[in-house]
Amino acid sequence: MSVLTPGRKAERIDRLAELTALADETGRSLWQEAFARLRRNPMAIIGAVIVALFLLLSIVGPLLAPYSPTAQIWREETSTAQGIFPGPRAENWLGVDHLGRDFFSRMLVGARQTLLVGVVATLVGFALGTLLGAVSGAAAGLGGRRGRWLDNILMRATDVLLALPSLLLAVSVAAVLGRSLTTVMIAVGVVQIPIFARLLRGSMLAQANADYVLAARSLGVRRWRIVLSHVVPNSLGPVIVQATLTLATAIIEAAALSYLGLGNPDPSTPEWGLMLADAQVFLEVRASWAFYPAAGIVITALGFTLLGEAMREALDPKLRK
Amino acid sequence: MFRFIIRRLLQLVPTLFGLSVLLFVWLRRLPGGPETALLGERATPERVAQIRAMLGLDQPIHVQYARFMRQLLKLDFGNSIQTGRPVTQEFLERFPATIELTVVAMVIAVGVGIPLGFLAARRHGRWLDVGTVAASLIGICIPVFFLAYLLKYVFALQFHLLPTQGRLSAGLQRTDITGFYVLDGIMTREWDVVADSLMHLMLPGLALSSIPLAIIVRMTRASVLEVLGEDYVRTAEAKGLTEPVVRRRHILRNALLPVVTTVGLLTGGLLSGAVLTESVFALNGVGSFVKDAIFYKDYPGLMGFILIFAITYVLVNLAVDISYSFIDPRVRVR
Repeated sequence: MSVLTPGRKAERIDRLAELTALADETGRSLWQEAFARLRRNPMAIIGAVIVALFLLLSIVGPLLAPYSPTAQIWREETSTAQGIFPGPRAENWLGVDHLGRDFFSRMLVGARQTLLVGVVATLVGFALGTLLGAVSGAAAGLGGRRGRWLDNILMRATDVLLALPSLLLAVSVAAVLGRSLTTVMIAVGVVQIPIFARLLRGSMLAQANADYVLAARSLGVRRWRIVLSHVVPNSLGPVIVQATLTLATAIIEAAALSYLGLGNPDPSTPEWGLMLADAQVFLEVRASWAFYPAAGIVITALGFTLLGEAMREALDPKLRK
Repeated sequence: MFRFIIRRLLQLVPTLFGLSVLLFVWLRRLPGGPETALLGERATPERVAQIRAMLGLDQPIHVQYARFMRQLLKLDFGNSIQTGRPVTQEFLERFPATIELTVVAMVIAVGVGIPLGFLAARRHGRWLDVGTVAASLIGICIPVFFLAYLLKYVFALQFHLLPTQGRLSAGLQRTDITGFYVLDGIMTREWDVVADSLMHLMLPGLALSSIPLAIIVRMTRASVLEVLGEDYVRTAEAKGLTEPVVRRRHILRNALLPVVTTVGLLTGGLLSGAVLTESVFALNGVGSFVKDAIFYKDYPGLMGFILIFAITYVLVNLAVDISYSFIDPRVRVR
């Protein structure tokens, strides 16, 4: 990384000047300033509202469901062979699916499962990726020659993971672990590990020559303490943005894995991705079965994407005006 | 320049070596080996042992790997377990379909994305800009396979405008030269084949292009917006250069640099998307082979296909880096 080479003093000073100028003007920290910008951005407001509604739905949704999502209450009224399924009516707001289950209840219960998949998958990628990135970044920035070696090895390892198309990687993870909801979460999360790792490392390297690091070192603060309490917290911005965006991709990728037949075979936990994948067979008979979960996924993913993009803009020093 | 290419190619070696070891060990952990797929669940132990010995699976894993590497040096990936034919041959037969699909998707993404991104930036804040940004955000959030089904449903099943599956209509004769239907058709002047195979590529190409299109639009828009604020654009306009000249020489030339990098990076993602799109439109490409290979525990097939995928991906990015030094003279490749 070019950031480590000397001779960037001018840039560093500019940066410092920019930061101090900001503090002088408003007396607020980088995060406070970013949050203030976030609140003024309509994109962020829309995203936050969607995310909040989705969170609310996933908490109260299963409680509001009028029927059990798995009970085949109207089985007698449906016929897959003849394509007869009760449509929307007073007792089933969104109609009945091919096994005679209430579609509305399945959508409500599915919200929580969908959120769970997205959150757990993101956490897997986030936790392992940031761990890898933090070790790599610390080793590269402060660890001397041996550190650079370690960094080099770890980054070549992430290169290997990045050289694979993401869906293939997820599919091969899923194939080894067998069909289940946990599999989908892990498979989708594993794909994100190298991205989080590289991001945190790059962001930490950008901080390695910052003056506060120099100040801490000259005061005799131990290296691991500098890394943990100064460099890592200051480098987390882009990683948190990425995590928000990953929540959206994770939900979409999970749906793709379900479509490829690697999703949860257990019908007791409806999940939007799986419902969408299952609905493809009936597309010509009942397009709405694909439409509802698809709309759920697209709107949710949109919410997280809007929020993530707005956060990225708010934290971007280039756009801070 | 030459040394740069050599160095990048040498850097490829450890990456691919690591990838091959990882894949090799990983694939052999798949539950239920190929013998279960070949013989079914209730095969006798003797028969299973016989098949495993035949495939060399009874050997220790490092011995298996050494044998794999020795074959690989002769560019031999072994025989596919699901079809029994050489993996290299399978790949060469299927790769053209995937390349055609990817190229069509990329042409749509670049051909629509860059002009649209440019227009959106020029009409910054107007409804065209807002609409483009909104559409591109939705484009990123739609699952590819669902979009593929949606297109198939609307254009083919409802209005019968475009064909839904395969690469060519039944009954159409074609001469095979390279395996690329469109290219062959042009070379042999069989224009009906060219038109027909392009029609078949329309829907899958459109579905596959959604994500790269959305990303390219946004990249172009952001990049053009940044360049529009530069002093040299104002200078160019002030000294009376015509609009097309300013657009071509001053705005696009500078604004497209980051877009070129993105196009390279997106190619890998396209290969992922191709797996989903090909299966929706029953295209017999690389993606559908990989999908089946996972279920058949086709170790040699998966190994070969994924390695060639990875090599393609890395080479495309190398090509992008090299092209960069031609587009932007400020970047000196060392």
